[in-house]
Amino acid sequence: MNGRPRTGSVWLSKAAVNGALVLAVVYMLFPLVWLLTAATKDAGGLLAGNAFSFEGFDLGGNLTRLAEYNDGIYFHWYANSLLYAGLGALACSFVSVAAGYAFHVYDFRGKEKLFGLVLLGVLVPTTALALPMYLLASEVGVVNTYWAVLVPVLVNPFGVYLSRVFCAGYIPDEALEAARIDGAGELRVFWSIGLRMVMPGFVTVFLFQFTAVWNNFFLPLVMLSDQKLYPLSLGLYAWNSNAHAEPDFYPLVVTGSLLAVVPLVVAFVSLQRHWKAGLTAGSVK
Amino acid sequence: MKARTRAATILLTPFFLLFTVVMVVPIGYAVWLSLFTEKQSGLGFGGTETVFTGLDNYTAALGDRAFREGFGVLLGYCLLYIPLLLAGALGLALLLDSALARARRFFQLALFLPHAVPGIIAALIWVYLYTPQLSPVVQAMEAGGIGFDFFSPEGALPSVVNIALWEWLGYNMVIFYAALQAIDRSVLEAATVDGAGAWRIAFSVKVPLVKASLAMVALFTIIGSLQLFTEPLILNKGTGSAVTSTWTPNMYAYTAAFDRNDYGLAAAASVLLALTAALLSFAVTRMTGRRKAGKERTA
Repeated sequence: MNGRPRTGSVWLSKAAVNGALVLAVVYMLFPLVWLLTAATKDAGGLLAGNAFSFEGFDLGGNLTRLAEYNDGIYFHWYANSLLYAGLGALACSFVSVAAGYAFHVYDFRGKEKLFGLVLLGVLVPTTALALPMYLLASEVGVVNTYWAVLVPVLVNPFGVYLSRVFCAGYIPDEALEAARIDGAGELRVFWSIGLRMVMPGFVTVFLFQFTAVWNNFFLPLVMLSDQKLYPLSLGLYAWNSNAHAEPDFYPLVVTGSLLAVVPLVVAFVSLQRHWKAGLTAGSVK
Repeated sequence: MKARTRAATILLTPFFLLFTVVMVVPIGYAVWLSLFTEKQSGLGFGGTETVFTGLDNYTAALGDRAFREGFGVLLGYCLLYIPLLLAGALGLALLLDSALARARRFFQLALFLPHAVPGIIAALIWVYLYTPQLSPVVQAMEAGGIGFDFFSPEGALPSVVNIALWEWLGYNMVIFYAALQAIDRSVLEAATVDGAGAWRIAFSVKVPLVKASLAMVALFTIIGSLQLFTEPLILNKGTGSAVTSTWTPNMYAYTAAFDRNDYGLAAAASVLLALTAALLSFAVTRMTGRRKAGKERTA
């Protein structure tokens, strides 16, 4: 027997473990806190340093300028991002869950080979495809349209993998069998039983794809030249490129960045169960 | 049975159709493009014509010092970033998994939160925090007697690695934590009864049991690292940083395509990058064994 450690040393270990975790949290959160305080400053206050104070407080002014600059193009970008990420992730989740469901429920020849292809797709470095996709899109004439950004984000092989894992976890065979005995057709069974039961998994796939599209930068950078079609990431990048010459852009970039982060932070705080489920399914299997 | 085949086909078709359009065709097209070069015809009055040039684009890319240096940067980046990421994420997960940790839900959420920040915004924030006149960090470091120029040639790699760590540490920590939580508690109790201390259990029992997750995270991190683009691009623009516009292979391909309009060269660079990813993926999965595939089939 090692014997029970003295209470003093337990207390010390506890302090060390939690202290290390607190340090890590400080590292993670202080850039976000900086973003929050910086977004409240005017250009002068921002460039004067003293980042964590509320010197030169002008949040209202920043928001007004953000809304007014270039006829409110910022909120146009915001709407675009919501469109790309919302619609794209919704459609992508449907496509992924349908495929994952089929892989889970049905047996057919070459199934595991086909699934192997999906897993290979997970490993493809997608940015290497952006350039050929751009050239293909310009041949078809969809470059610099909503489609150029929306269509590529409909595909997420990892979403198919996750969906299959979730279907295996959430849909008992008996439920499907019962529906079939009641005379429901196969697609009907998928739509009203399978999809409903795997809904938590659907939300997880949606959340991860929404994040991926919201954060997407390379694809829109390559595909879009019309500012009206930009998502937030690309718009903020364009503003930031101006800021080096015109410091008045700094508060716009910082305040715009803060607002751009808000939806995802809210989503991750309120949907904790779902992203944890996604990362668990990805790790344990 | 026919009805089932029909249903399977209907449910799988949208995905594989899109998969073909968005992944298979572009890969094929990239390979095709990489074999051609646009040449000025005549005296340059007649516009350009596209000529089959075989592997010339590949030899041009590989012969270009900037491109080779890009791979050197990636190698340095991976050697610095991946061990830090794996050790940091696993270390934090072990701390959180230890019996001593408090407020686990809060820590998990707080550490994960940077993942909600788009890469471009993460890079913007950190560039501000690297800028001496603006940054409380640089000012605090200077006050502490540590002078470090994040935009200098020696600072380039650590600057980018730090941004990437900030974005991905918590995300991967949650993956490791989930794997640790899935360990059968009776195994840990048995180790405790055998007299193993907390350190011993962490490193001799827990870590070997989450090896599969470690391998998976390593694999995805390598593939992600090869595509490094956004963060160095922000550092490159107007900060006076030592990060050049062709710093990584992806940046090289981008400038080849959009600054120099040399699509053949850009395609060759992209194909070489994808090949590197394929080779490394193959090596990593080989090294970590094929147990995983067997497990999936029984699941």
